Amino acid sequence: MIESFVTQLEKQHLIAAFALVGGAMYLSYLISDKLTHGRVHGSAIAIMVGLALAYFGGIHTGGSKGLADISLFAGLGLMGGGMLRDLAIIATAYGVRFQEIREAGISGIIALFLGVIVSFIAGVAVAYAFGYRDPVSLTTIGAGTVTYIVGPIAGASIGAPSDIIALSIAAGLFKSILVMILTPMAARHIGLDNPRSAMIFGGLMGTTSGVAAGLAATDPKLVPYGAMTATFYTGLGALLAPSVLYIAVRAVF
Amino acid sequence: MVIYGVALLAGCMLVGLWAGDVLGMLLGVESNVGGVGIAMLMLIFLGGYLMDKKKMPASTESGITFWNGMYIPIVVAMAASQNVAAAIDGGMIALLASLLAVVASFALVPCLNRLGRAKSETPQPKKDKPTALKQDARQRKSASSPVSARARHAR
Repeated sequence: MIESFVTQLEKQHLIAAFALVGGAMYLSYLISDKLTHGRVHGSAIAIMVGLALAYFGGIHTGGSKGLADISLFAGLGLMGGGMLRDLAIIATAYGVRFQEIREAGISGIIALFLGVIVSFIAGVAVAYAFGYRDPVSLTTIGAGTVTYIVGPIAGASIGAPSDIIALSIAAGLFKSILVMILTPMAARHIGLDNPRSAMIFGGLMGTTSGVAAGLAATDPKLVPYGAMTATFYTGLGALLAPSVLYIAVRAVF
Repeated sequence: MVIYGVALLAGCMLVGLWAGDVLGMLLGVESNVGGVGIAMLMLIFLGGYLMDKKKMPASTESGITFWNGMYIPIVVAMAASQNVAAAIDGGMIALLASLLAVVASFALVPCLNRLGRAKSETPQPKKDKPTALKQDARQRKSASSPVSARARHAR
């Protein structure tokens, strides 16, 4: 009886994920309402629950996709994967007025460049403090701090060893997790309450998953603005890190 | 029909991601450059155009708003399928590097926000408090945008 139910869950994995996430969201909103009296947004709790489950899934299976590596929850990988995530992000743009995007246009572009460079420098500085001195390692860790996609791209093109590339991916993963958790807490202090600052925020942070989840937990109305600039960040990082920024690091060290 | 809305959304996504790939190739980067952003702009323009032409009945719209509403659950599923264990394995360097990057980037948000605003807005007569003035300017600016008005309300 129970076995056949589990088999059904594994077979209808996407549908099982819908039911599971729905249940998790219901509990999270209940906790938000009853235990924090709405001070911590329900979606922020749901995202933290998701991350905690991903951690346990990861140490349980040793895989790379968190809870989705457990076959019972494989549907989470499809539901939260790039395809449906991008579709849902694009859907949030419906009804946005172009006027608001144009107003923040230039600041958004400045934010993109500044965001890549600041994150890169932060990564290089910490790597230097931990004793790394060769330009290839410094650049790869710096690039990983930009996003976890830029790290391996830069590392591969300048010939970094695989342990450094793994470290750069870890830095990028931490960045997106920290943005998810810290954004709703910091939002009020950095004026993140209007489309304009959301676009600047997206450009500075860049990690699409971090920005998407962080803004969702802050104010879902801001999501399209932040996501719009954030999607250019990884491309810009992949362009700058192995070229201009690597040359700059080589010149300094 | 609902499928028209879903198809419009899907079409924007496919063309946008393709354009992002082409842009990446032209720039010599092994990554998609702004594909999702381009798709969002397409949806804003096409959706706005069709709305003006009264070609977006409620049923068509619901094909898009459904996916809009699924956004947060999808993000929760995404959080649950992140490689959190690997991040924690990366240890202190990875944590400190990303923490420093995130804190520095957070700190830059208000700076950039002020920078652009100072240029684009004409100076206004001084009132009792500088903070009140800023709040007032924002209020006025957001009077035309329901989005930020709602954002403030939520706060």
